[in-house]
Amino acid sequence: MAADPARSSLSLSPRTKRRKVVNAAMQTLATLAALSAVAVLAVVIYSVARRGLPALSWDFFTKTAATFGQSGGGVANALVGSFVIVGLATLMAVPVGILVALYVTEFAPPSLASATRLVLDILNGLPSIIVGIFVYGLLVIGSGQAAWKGSFAIAIIMLPLVARATQEVLGLVPSSLREGALALGASRWRTVLGVVLPTSIGGILTGTVLAVARGAGETAPLLFTTSIAANAVTWDPRQPVLSMPFDIFVLSESPDPADHARAWALGFVLIMFVLITSLIARLALVRYRKRLEG
Amino acid sequence: MDTDTMDEVAPIEIAKPQEAKRSAAGREVVFDTRDLSISYGKSLAVGGVTLKAYENLVTAIIGPSGCGKSTFLRSLNRMNDLIPGARVDGEVLYHDQNIYANGVDPVEVRRRIGMVFQKPNPFPKSIYDNVAWGLRVLGMKDGLDDRVQRALTQAALWDEVKDRLKKGAFGLSGGQQQRLCIARAIAVEPDVVLLDEPASALDPIATAKIEDLMHELKNDYTLVIVTHNMQQAARVADMTAFFSLERTESGGHGVLVEYDETQKIFTQPSDKRTEGYVTGRFG
Repeated sequence: MAADPARSSLSLSPRTKRRKVVNAAMQTLATLAALSAVAVLAVVIYSVARRGLPALSWDFFTKTAATFGQSGGGVANALVGSFVIVGLATLMAVPVGILVALYVTEFAPPSLASATRLVLDILNGLPSIIVGIFVYGLLVIGSGQAAWKGSFAIAIIMLPLVARATQEVLGLVPSSLREGALALGASRWRTVLGVVLPTSIGGILTGTVLAVARGAGETAPLLFTTSIAANAVTWDPRQPVLSMPFDIFVLSESPDPADHARAWALGFVLIMFVLITSLIARLALVRYRKRLEG
Repeated sequence: MDTDTMDEVAPIEIAKPQEAKRSAAGREVVFDTRDLSISYGKSLAVGGVTLKAYENLVTAIIGPSGCGKSTFLRSLNRMNDLIPGARVDGEVLYHDQNIYANGVDPVEVRRRIGMVFQKPNPFPKSIYDNVAWGLRVLGMKDGLDDRVQRALTQAALWDEVKDRLKKGAFGLSGGQQQRLCIARAIAVEPDVVLLDEPASALDPIATAKIEDLMHELKNDYTLVIVTHNMQQAARVADMTAFFSLERTESGGHGVLVEYDETQKIFTQPSDKRTEGYVTGRFG
């Protein structure tokens, strides 16, 4: 019986040749797309650093903006303001976020748990300007701006991030641990408090840090809630305060070119803060997962 | 896993003196299940089990995989409550009280009826805290150190861990971890300890230690053990229940085929299916 030449041939037929070309092309496209994503980040960091680094100085971190017409000055009020706003927002978002995650993973019946998860995802996707307007209508109208109102808006942004991250690590806690605790005659809450939470504390901290990084960079929620601030360093959350992202906007609108440089410098500081905290958090999460799964 | 554990250097006992089997006669009934059926959603897992477990005996539940042994065991301290969709029909009388009756608190049930699981599941805490945690939660804080030592001693673990009580429990070998889980379960002074294939993840030496332990523990507790290892049941159990899978049109579910003294189950079973299983012809 003669062998079918088309079957036994090891060289490419026209059809397989075409497949091979398409395969190579798509692989190249995907690689290029991935590279361009990396490139965007690199270019952004580079260009911000190039324009901002020269303006970094001791005064930049310790002084407030100079009076109009004078040189020098810094962004100390914005740094402290961001610290106050994000700090308070973290205090608001983290306990609630952890409780929401506990509800979803430990207490809710399956149908309600998935509904809550969906709500969290929607909340996470909510445009931050909408959150800003909501808090403006709820808290600002009639009584004016304040740092804590900005914190409230930022907390709404942070809540789903904390809840989702916590929920993810709670899901990694083996159910055998819960069973072991419950089999001793511990209540659900004691099991959560004594076994589940201590086991997942590393992951919860990581999720919190990621949420802080995100909250620190938010501008829109602060626009209506804490933007008209005095040019002074204040730790009082009842006063409106300036924040890093909002100060970048203010400085960039200034007619003084030195302020533009300061805007870039502040941008660089903000990027570095977000970048470094995110990196640390993610590395910690990887290590924590390994420990829990290994 | 740790290499400097005691498990590896323990002398191997070739022949173990056959422990005298205890008889159920005259003993108090601890569990009395009446027509107990357990289903997950719409599918029946175990059907119509009627069985009595007696005080200070080891009652073994044997049978092929998937016949609902563990499901049955978990229904004895309401661990199945944790599984969404699990439903229990019939009664589980524990000292004449139905643990599924209205007003019965599952937490209180589990406080009296402890459980040791298939895979050792120590808490990610120190050895000491693994045992002390349950005591603290239940408010048994007087003489905590003594209670921890007593439980670890009863679980035949004290000598191996007394110098490293503050070290993490994950540093122990698998067999030691399982004995730690047993110590944890008996520290809170339950009445019954349920053991769900407690040695199936362990090597033969560690298994032998757990089995020795069971002979000791039955003096103080009532033990119910699920095992798929027939030799194990023959060695440790006073009474043995043989579960099997009954095929039906809608799949199949576990049933209790025969329940009797261990000696009888293994030497002169009255059901053909039991005989087939214990002589190794199926299962």
